[in-house]
Amino acid sequence: MNANTEQKIKKNIHTVSLLVANKPGVLVRIALVFARRGYNIDALVVSPTFDPRFSRMTITAQGDGSTLDQIIKQTAKLVDVLHSGEHNEDDAIHRELALVKIKNIPANRRFITQLLKRYKATVVNEDDKILIIEQSGTTKDLDELEKNIKKYGVIEMVRSGKLVMTKGREET
Amino acid sequence: MGVIMNAKQKQRSKVLTKKQPLKGGQAVVKCLEKQGVEYIFGYIGGVAIPIFDALLESKIKLIMSRHEQGATHMADGYARATGKPGVVLVTSGPGAANTVTGITTAYMDSVPVIVLTGQANTSVLGKDAFQEADIFGITMPIVKHNYLVKRSEDIPRIIKEAFHVSSTGRPGPVLIDLPVNTTAGVCEAPLDPDVDLPGYTVSDKVNKSQIKEFARHFKGSQKPLLLVGHGVVISKAQKEIKALAEKLNAPVVNTLLGKGGFPETHPLSLAMLGMHGTAYANKALINCDLICSIGSRWDDRINGNNEEFCIGAKKLHIDIDPAEIGKIVKPDASLVGDAKAVVAELIKYVPKLDTENWLKEVNFYKKEYPLSYSLEKGLTPQFLIDELYKITKGKAIIATDVGQHQMWSAQFYKCDYPDHWLSSGGLGTMGYGFPAAIGAQFGKKRNLVVAIVGDGGFQMTMSELATVSINKIPVKILLLDNNYLGMVRQWQDLFFDKRYSGVDLKGNPDFVKVAEAYGIKGIQINSIKDASKKLKKALEHKGPVLIHAETIKEENVFPMVPAGKSVHHMFLEAPRSQA
Repeated sequence: MNANTEQKIKKNIHTVSLLVANKPGVLVRIALVFARRGYNIDALVVSPTFDPRFSRMTITAQGDGSTLDQIIKQTAKLVDVLHSGEHNEDDAIHRELALVKIKNIPANRRFITQLLKRYKATVVNEDDKILIIEQSGTTKDLDELEKNIKKYGVIEMVRSGKLVMTKGREET
Repeated sequence: MGVIMNAKQKQRSKVLTKKQPLKGGQAVVKCLEKQGVEYIFGYIGGVAIPIFDALLESKIKLIMSRHEQGATHMADGYARATGKPGVVLVTSGPGAANTVTGITTAYMDSVPVIVLTGQANTSVLGKDAFQEADIFGITMPIVKHNYLVKRSEDIPRIIKEAFHVSSTGRPGPVLIDLPVNTTAGVCEAPLDPDVDLPGYTVSDKVNKSQIKEFARHFKGSQKPLLLVGHGVVISKAQKEIKALAEKLNAPVVNTLLGKGGFPETHPLSLAMLGMHGTAYANKALINCDLICSIGSRWDDRINGNNEEFCIGAKKLHIDIDPAEIGKIVKPDASLVGDAKAVVAELIKYVPKLDTENWLKEVNFYKKEYPLSYSLEKGLTPQFLIDELYKITKGKAIIATDVGQHQMWSAQFYKCDYPDHWLSSGGLGTMGYGFPAAIGAQFGKKRNLVVAIVGDGGFQMTMSELATVSINKIPVKILLLDNNYLGMVRQWQDLFFDKRYSGVDLKGNPDFVKVAEAYGIKGIQINSIKDASKKLKKALEHKGPVLIHAETIKEENVFPMVPAGKSVHHMFLEAPRSQA
């Protein structure tokens, strides 16, 4: 993939945050709205809010901007959805969590420690074969650590998907 | 707090001592009664028995269809003709699955239909039990909302919510899946509970300043055009639309489902626009400098090619559904709200426009390009519909099926009254017209209801002749028989070099005999000569009648705008090479 197409795809990544009633089937209803309009969901986080009647869904998906407008309107229209809106880096705090399992090779330890320091990541589990690293940060932070740590032998990686919260007094 | 609890407990013990607690099925029926339901259109099956059982003690009348699709279309027809939600009750699995076409039809045309489906016991859900179908999952994309009931005590709240959601805002179907243990089990919940719909809001307030701002867009327009859609009919905004058109001096076009939203015999009416609309409506579309849609969704059968749609004209959009704004057409200005409320306010602020030249222009189109048909080759469907219009003075409730006869009905049966035109516009469901007419007749006992159907669609749901016969429903069926699936044949004629494939309806039954087999009067029309007389006689008959008219085989609907093309490509008659 050349830099140009990579740039293009990046541009079409959108983050939609939805406040939904905590009822069975609500996830399917929302997923159907995305799927029908050709949107591929990259990441999806669902968890209860402070008020147990509601859940917060944060969806990262790829597709063109004009379709996104329809998706937001169509999801907002669902009876179980209280609010649906897009958020960008300027208006909201974006965070993701990653767990990375890498080979525990003593010779690499020094470089790894440096990397972890730079990306505010920590080792949360280790034995003589592996290290599990936990990192939280922006998608960009996570991407960078992923790129730099590859050479030390990544066994597996799990990312949480993005969470967002609007800045200022306004609720997400 | 303690006092309140005591009072509640007391009340509960009273209920328990004085009366047997209700079963879930009884609660369903009681809640439907509370909603003012008169009829349930349905078909029984094993897990639906507890609800049907409760119907024996209810004043709600059960109308048994012969197929669940028929029941769903009947409820749809009842809803369109009365404005009240139609109710369907079927069993699980195949019963529920058979309602899918009817539900989709209602969804596409924003019709309030409540579908109650029986379901296997909650303990076996997801385990492939007998007649278990995940109808909750199946119908998710085709309902306004749906429910899978897990506990008997949720029944009253869910039914109340279902009626509210289905009939407010932009109406639509709501399905409630009722596992047999929830309807057979005891339901002690109050029958009039609070609804719990935090995500559902219907805005009924109109924003005056927004409307004022919107009204300014009309200023200076010399060639305004109003586009009236189904939303106007649903909102019962006919009076307001008429006042708006008359104040603006603007001609009005209507969509297929907008028929009756503005009287088609009004001098300002240009009738239906779009693929098979009148030439004058489409010419007005090309030449207007402003178009204001009220309750239409700029469907592709209107727009054709969106890129070339009303180029240069200012586009205004009023709709109750915010998701419709900008979906197809990017409007210059828009208002979200109920058509009646918004237009009532809008009238106050729009200017009177000088449209004398514009009206001259559209009246010229009307004179120059009228709708027409010929009787040279024999009996044509258009002639019969035109005669029907004349005999009934345009006052019948018309339910159509889908295809050529539907378009000819839209063209020649001018509609002046709301809720008098029932047709599957969005989904284009063959088999809709006849059961819809039955439902409409139940809702409107005193009106003359005529189902105009083709030989193809009628055979999809004609088993409902039994429903008509048993209930002595005086519905009239005008069956226009050309022995073809005419609309598809027309496309193959015009765009596929007359390569007819899958359109020949060889093997049609003797429809008069079919009617008679059900104990229904059948009348045969074969010639132009006695057509009017026979039609008149049939309409005067007190009970149901099937009028079987054998028309010429290869008649095409014109004008026509080919699919995906702009109205500039409209042709008024068959291209010369075809003639």
